Amino acid sequence: MLLDFEQPIAELEKKLAEMKRDFANNGQDPDIKEGIQLIEKSLHNLKKNTYENLTRWQRVQLSRHAERPYTLDYIEAMCDDFVELHGDRQVADDKAMIGGFGSLDGKPILFIGHQKGRNTKQRQFRNFGMANPEGYRKALRLMKMAEKFNRPIVCLIDTPGAFPGIEAEERGQAEAIAHNIRDMFMLKVPVICIIIGEGASGGALGIAIGDRVLMLENTWYSVISPESCSSILWRSWDYKEQAAEALKLTAKDMQGNKLIDGIIPEPLGGAHTNPAQTYQTVKQTILDTLKTLETLSPEDRIMQRIDKFTAMGVYEENI
Amino acid sequence: MAWFNRKEKGIITPTTEKKETPDGLWHKCPTCDHLMLTEDLHKNAYTCVSCGYHERIGSEEYFEMLFDDHVFTELDANITAADPLQFYDSKSYLDRIRDGKAKSGLKDALRSATGKINGVDVTIACMDFTFIGGSMGTVVGEKIARAIQHALNTRQPMLMISRSGGARMQEAGFSLMQMAKTSAKLALLAEAKIPYISLLTDPTTGGVSASYAMLGDFNIAEPNALIGFAGPRVIRETIGKDLPKGFQTSEYLLEHGFLDFIVNRKELKSTLTRLLKMIWGQ
Repeated sequence: MLLDFEQPIAELEKKLAEMKRDFANNGQDPDIKEGIQLIEKSLHNLKKNTYENLTRWQRVQLSRHAERPYTLDYIEAMCDDFVELHGDRQVADDKAMIGGFGSLDGKPILFIGHQKGRNTKQRQFRNFGMANPEGYRKALRLMKMAEKFNRPIVCLIDTPGAFPGIEAEERGQAEAIAHNIRDMFMLKVPVICIIIGEGASGGALGIAIGDRVLMLENTWYSVISPESCSSILWRSWDYKEQAAEALKLTAKDMQGNKLIDGIIPEPLGGAHTNPAQTYQTVKQTILDTLKTLETLSPEDRIMQRIDKFTAMGVYEENI
Repeated sequence: MAWFNRKEKGIITPTTEKKETPDGLWHKCPTCDHLMLTEDLHKNAYTCVSCGYHERIGSEEYFEMLFDDHVFTELDANITAADPLQFYDSKSYLDRIRDGKAKSGLKDALRSATGKINGVDVTIACMDFTFIGGSMGTVVGEKIARAIQHALNTRQPMLMISRSGGARMQEAGFSLMQMAKTSAKLALLAEAKIPYISLLTDPTTGGVSASYAMLGDFNIAEPNALIGFAGPRVIRETIGKDLPKGFQTSEYLLEHGFLDFIVNRKELKSTLTRLLKMIWGQ
């Protein structure tokens, strides 16, 4: 499935493939070779031009790309072993929120993450990556376990929001998220949070309090999705592009406003065009960041974590 | 067309000569239509004398009701909103703030103060729904964080009164992070073993309920308040079904174990005093 702005690139890539075939079939004609080089060059320029100048809405589209890697894809590719753990010990096991211990180059880490599905059946099974209260409670249970066994925590965030349903309200969606946010500040072990797709509001923040909060290049993180923002402020679903612009929800925006700590680059064209390279970059970032965080004492980490979030925001004060 | 004319019972005053009732002398309850003197409404803690409906009051009324002899010191009164994102929908955010200020006479959707409740020093942060729907932006978050810090520094119990639709969209990511900021301070308050009482009033939803409003050592609510994470309209649209009667009311939350108790506003001050006596001091 191709997005609008992926179309011209795909066409050029197809043409290039055809020419390469011709080149092989026609006794390696030097004229064709020249043509290939020309197309390769313009393809590179087109890609560079396209992806450097994406609108905010186009980045939102990339963050939701049907082929984009999800949490378990990262874990499977990055870890040499992974033991998944289930359940909140109270109500259920939330399939939209996964957790477990994984080993990164032999280093044991607790992974937590929202999980989306790739086909209709899986999407329903994973509830479209929208966790219920038991998902947040499961995440916190596992994070406290990581603290007990002195293992660092990595949270991978990818959710269109916490689930808005009757049962979710009945079981305290708001309380579950609030509880996580507060308690994550006091975790004695290092916590790294990475937005790998969508970071929608409280549903994202419920597992996104960390010593480092990073965003992949083509992701979004804000208080509301562009669609919902459009429906509330413009009273129509048609202003999602404007809403995305107004919300300033891209990684670059969020870093510029000092609301995240860094951006993890993606391959040209987005994470899905070269997943292997993406996994490698993310893995290396986690290992490097942990090395830095582990030089601090737990008390200093907690203090810096609190100070960082406390400093967020812009206001005026007349004394 | 005789029925147009007031022929009977001698009603002959032309409209232009009709006397106006002084503004605000009478108050009509929005739920039971009972007509009462505004003065009686005030005396009844802004609840209907007939059906007990709790009017949506703000910081001015709560401070007046709760602090002894109406004496209190306001905290951080001079923080006002900036527009870091230059947010613009049908109207610019700066215009919305200006209109909000003019309409409410307030600087933003929260005021904080310190004073005594029946002799006990407390810090109170109270939301004002009349300012952009009580939405939480940086000013609200910052003032709550500072009020909690004040409670920490002076070792005063902290009372939070929430009344809000949630985070303020016009500050986008900044609003979201106020949930984190306030919760971080509450983590410190909990560590210091200082009581935190959260009073949820109508309505308390979204990012406010998913952060400081639900983190009380004691979560208490006024009767029949709408409390939830997602708004009822969003839930109805998502699941495509009508919602059960009484869904997301205070009574519903009490039943499901998320509130310690529901308190009638007339008994708020005395109940807080009784509770604090049990856990604070000596």
